Amino acid sequence: MTTEPSYLGVPVVRPRVAFFELTSCEGCQLQLLNNEANLLDFLALIEPVNFREAMDEKSDEYDIAFVEGSVTRSDEVERLKKIRSRAKILVALGSCACFGGVNQLKNRFVDPDWARRQVYGDFPIETGPALPLEAVVPVDLRIYGCPIKKEEVERLVTDLVLGKSLEVPKYPVCVECKARHHLCLFELGEVCLGPVTRAGCEAWCPANRMGCWGCRGPAEAANLVELAEVAKRFGVAEESLLDRLECFGGFAGAATELRQRLHDPGSVAEGDKT
Amino acid sequence: MSSTRKIAVNHLTRVEGHGNISIKIKDGHLEEARWEVVETPRFFEAILVGKKWENAPWLCGRICGICSIGHTLASIRAVERAFGLAVTPEVDKFRLLLKHMETMQSHILHLCFLVAPDFLGTGSVFPLIGSHPDTVKLAARLKMLANQACELIGGRSLHPTRTVVGGFTMFPERAELAALKVKLAAALPELDGLAGLIATFAIPDFSRETEFVSLKGEGRYPFIGGALVSTDGVVRAEDDYLAMSNEYCVEQSTSKWSQLSRPSFAVGALARLNNNYQLLTPGARALAERFGLAPVNHNPFMNNVAQLVECVQVVEDSLLLIDELLAAPWGKPRQEVTPRAGRGVAAVEVPRGILYHCYEFDGEGRITKADCVIPTSQNHANIQHDLVALAEEMAAAGKSDAEIEKLAEMLVRAYDPCISCSVH
Repeated sequence: MTTEPSYLGVPVVRPRVAFFELTSCEGCQLQLLNNEANLLDFLALIEPVNFREAMDEKSDEYDIAFVEGSVTRSDEVERLKKIRSRAKILVALGSCACFGGVNQLKNRFVDPDWARRQVYGDFPIETGPALPLEAVVPVDLRIYGCPIKKEEVERLVTDLVLGKSLEVPKYPVCVECKARHHLCLFELGEVCLGPVTRAGCEAWCPANRMGCWGCRGPAEAANLVELAEVAKRFGVAEESLLDRLECFGGFAGAATELRQRLHDPGSVAEGDKT
Repeated sequence: MSSTRKIAVNHLTRVEGHGNISIKIKDGHLEEARWEVVETPRFFEAILVGKKWENAPWLCGRICGICSIGHTLASIRAVERAFGLAVTPEVDKFRLLLKHMETMQSHILHLCFLVAPDFLGTGSVFPLIGSHPDTVKLAARLKMLANQACELIGGRSLHPTRTVVGGFTMFPERAELAALKVKLAAALPELDGLAGLIATFAIPDFSRETEFVSLKGEGRYPFIGGALVSTDGVVRAEDDYLAMSNEYCVEQSTSKWSQLSRPSFAVGALARLNNNYQLLTPGARALAERFGLAPVNHNPFMNNVAQLVECVQVVEDSLLLIDELLAAPWGKPRQEVTPRAGRGVAAVEVPRGILYHCYEFDGEGRITKADCVIPTSQNHANIQHDLVALAEEMAAAGKSDAEIEKLAEMLVRAYDPCISCSVH
């Protein structure tokens, strides 16, 4: 380890950091290469030792492992267990790693093989349900979002390196949105999960007049019953509410309940009708 | 005494996704060379079934972390064509401008962060921060400019937030657009500096005749919609994309493969340029000439140069687009959407080549069938055939394992593969 950077006069030990991806779009790792203005400072704070998307060199000795993506195949289970055994700190990077992400939408079909047949026909391809990392190994830290917000990563990694306590907001996106005086998406007739989703993104989507899709999962006190009432009051279709609740996997319980109610009788998911 | 040499690259680095290279050489002759894709599939085409139209762009953008804007725009176009929805000229122009900025962001990332280390003798961009600080800073500035432009128009550079069926949730301010124009004009000399560096790269001298597929431009170098064309003379309508892509499954890959007139074809910057050379803007044309790049060029390593040429192309075209936008009044950014039963096809040129999305809808606008054909899937077979030809040449020339391995890696990298995208 090198010890060039310092904080309050105390030298900072640069942690050896590894980046891995399971089933994902690799967009969260790409976000790490964004924020170009701070990129060199960010890289000076850590020692990347394994980052396949950007570098050839590989090392199995690392302090922090960032893992993007969800688990969908047996070889990924083995890879993840190996990473867990080597890393002091395992970070779930993004919605796929935290909740299964958009990949878990295939889990909603009653017949688990239906999705495979739909895409590959009779061709043999191994795949299982899309799972978050914590279904396989213990996770120490979660960085939420689809995609992750680089500013939040920079803050969390800096705090981690300096040994500070890590703070992720407990309140919902709605608070951040209201504080910034954005138009309320419900007022525009659109559904928004801002009232129930964990903040920290600075109301990224509502700021651009797109209702929140809940990619960061539930806030600590998420009142889903009241959300359904609000949606009803503004005339939002329950199907649209379900689309958002089930999109990234963070609201799995509420989504399953609503899906069963909407698709009653028989609780059959849409795609399974074919 | 006979000798067998094996070269195996497990999970090739500095590309998006997971692919392996394996080469076997016996007594100086190539026995086998394989490009294998081992990426885990994600089943987007199944995930979409049963979902209403407004979910398609939001979900499909997430097929790819690098070209999420291209996927989002292809998805939107497929929905709009199915519903017979025409958008305003300013929406079309903003979409193309957004598309251009993604192309620039992606090409700069590939050329400077993923490819340049091969030619400068390092394993990643990180050592270049010390050895070539000006180049790294230049690349970071260009990439940042493109990303900021994507944020300005799309709301976000990755998984955009403002792009919706019917238009945009909101437009940028006119003054912001005028400011972007000033920055883009200043990027042209920066790109010239980058060209100076790339001119020092020893591009491998290797050619294998193949077919190139892309959109066919009409008056403007093509990126969004229009007829499909190949260098072997095939021309098809956009709706006829299946006759152009012809996907099939192969044992060595979790991604599908494609073919047209020959056993394989190529898509991407080089394919676009080979088919639409006469439509390049003046600066882009001059740059192509400077690098001796003229159609039809069959050297896959020249895809890197074609990407550089396209960086100038999209900046020059963006300057025109901004002028056109600033000269006209803008209507409301988003139109009402009326769903109807039907099928919609979209062909969009994303950084790595032509991308198709096709959806079928019921009367309420729910997706009953979805199909996405990814540029990298279309390139896999061509990479395989190139790899065999390249390894044969290298083996016959008595090259060392290390030399063959490096060149094979550079070959795959030249295609700028987006593997997780190809196994969506």
